[in-house]
Amino acid sequence: MKVKKKTIGLVVYFILLMLPIYWMLNMSLRSNADILAFFTLYPKNITFANYIKIFTDSSWYMGYVNSIIYVALNTVISLSVALPAAYAFSRYQFVGDKQLFFWLLTNRMAPVAVFALPFFQLYSTIGLLDTHIAVALSHCLFNVPLAVWILEGFMSGVPREIDETAFIDGYSLPRFFITIFIPMIRAGVGVTAFFCFMFSWVELLLARTLTVTNAKPISAIMTRTISATGLDYGLLAAAGMLTIVPGALVIWFVRNHMAKGFALGRV
Amino acid sequence: MGLSLQHIDKILGREIHLKDVNLEFESGSRTVILGRTLAGKTSLLRVMAGLDRPSRGKIIVNGKNVTGASVRKRSVAMVYQQFINYPSLSVYKNIASPLKIAGVKKTEIERQVHEAAEMLHIEDLLDRLPAELSGGQQQRVAIARALVKDAELLLLDEPLVNLDYKLREELRVELQDIFKKGKAIVVYTTTEPTEALMLGGNIVVIDEGRILQTGSTAIVYRHPATLKVAKVFSDPPINYLKGTIQGDTARIGQHIEFPIEDYMKCLFDGSYMFSVRSNHLFLSRNAKEDAEIPAKVELTEINGSETFIHANYDGSRMVVQEKGVRSVHIGVEITIYVNPHYFFVYDGAGALVASPSGGVFDAKLK
Repeated sequence: MKVKKKTIGLVVYFILLMLPIYWMLNMSLRSNADILAFFTLYPKNITFANYIKIFTDSSWYMGYVNSIIYVALNTVISLSVALPAAYAFSRYQFVGDKQLFFWLLTNRMAPVAVFALPFFQLYSTIGLLDTHIAVALSHCLFNVPLAVWILEGFMSGVPREIDETAFIDGYSLPRFFITIFIPMIRAGVGVTAFFCFMFSWVELLLARTLTVTNAKPISAIMTRTISATGLDYGLLAAAGMLTIVPGALVIWFVRNHMAKGFALGRV
Repeated sequence: MGLSLQHIDKILGREIHLKDVNLEFESGSRTVILGRTLAGKTSLLRVMAGLDRPSRGKIIVNGKNVTGASVRKRSVAMVYQQFINYPSLSVYKNIASPLKIAGVKKTEIERQVHEAAEMLHIEDLLDRLPAELSGGQQQRVAIARALVKDAELLLLDEPLVNLDYKLREELRVELQDIFKKGKAIVVYTTTEPTEALMLGGNIVVIDEGRILQTGSTAIVYRHPATLKVAKVFSDPPINYLKGTIQGDTARIGQHIEFPIEDYMKCLFDGSYMFSVRSNHLFLSRNAKEDAEIPAKVELTEINGSETFIHANYDGSRMVVQEKGVRSVHIGVEITIYVNPHYFFVYDGAGALVASPSGGVFDAKLK
């Protein structure tokens, strides 16, 4: 009996969890008229028109391309900055190291909206507006601190003696770092990359403020479905479904290390 | 030629890790650093390796001052107490890594790695990752890596302490042979007196960051200069009893009296500490001059083929090391027999004033 109760509970939970996503899938496979006309639990007249529109209209699919470009850029920048920083925090002691480390995290405490206006002014002054790098750089605001914290946790799990053995063996610091150290914490690097990806992928405000047309992210383009003629439900649902896909793919790769990542590497 | 440490201090915050350490190591010498945990053994090795900078003092290698030099520029190899290998590299690459960095030719690397692997019996494991090996094998890999580097200074920080008893014995014997072959200065730290005796060579007894005594291991064992050295260099801990010498008689506590031995004759009358190792205490009489110590059993522990009997005499704890498995009930009154010519005599300040002649001890050393 006990096992059954548990199973029922899990099934209910799973249904609650998946319902909105299923509903989105349901809508994405129907036409607008169909959606507005009657209620149905599953699409009776399946149409792929919404998906076809996204994949053929460049103003739509370029949104995905733009998003992927700046997210990838941001992940690369965040990792390449955070790896040495995290190593320094985990291995060296210097004046104010603990304060500096905590200050990094406080950057995440301010709402992103606070930074939108200054960033807009700064980037427009130096001509970075509406470029992928502008969004990628602005997202470093919250991704670099997070990456430093996660990586520091993973790095502190590696005994210092390994570093010392390498130096005794004659490795230079950069060579040791790249050939020995990074392979040892590759799970941590993967998890960090996932978190950078995730936060950058879902962030809307900065991405929309700093772009006009050339680097417009998909989440901003999705707002175009609201027009004078009403809301294009089907198209919006299809775009939403496609937005989930990259995140789901990335999660698949780091699924075994997620818990440690959420604990900032300190498990 | 060799390595010399001059007036080395290592102070971290308020903690003194090393205080005024002066040591000389000659090329090809083997030195055991013996001390309890937290005595400063690891601190000393780290300073010697160049991993830590001493707070004060100089390190001279072959006549050159290398005090501040980076560890990369020194000819050092080190084996840690924990099994430290590169987890992402195979055993072969682990052992080869110092050679690869040094720019040795590929064929030469292969030859040397196989030679070292053979010496440590890990030839069959070269393709595996360190995580797939047992603790003993992992430590063998670490030792092999230290050996192929062929450094002038080979440091081993309690390398066998995390291994089980059997493996430890095995590796200890092998290491002795390996060290004999090299020309390097070998420095080996341990907490165990038996390990120090097995490895022979020279010994440095260290406690609370200070050097207590240095010299040949056998001589230090026979003449522990202070009571502290005797305590560190005895396992089970050395027994010591307060007593007095008056004329030709020594007296310990209320009941024990014995005529003094020849080597104690030079001592003035006064109070002394009489100290004797557990393996010289017996539960049966061996000679007619044996002194009798009445004591009460507090605890017995069986350690392999030996039994340690902890007993109390007049408030002092004594440990008798008896061959074979004995069962002695707790609380029983026993008589401990000790031949007076095994007593080390220390003065009030804990300095050795008379020790038994070495002849008897030679047999026991082996």
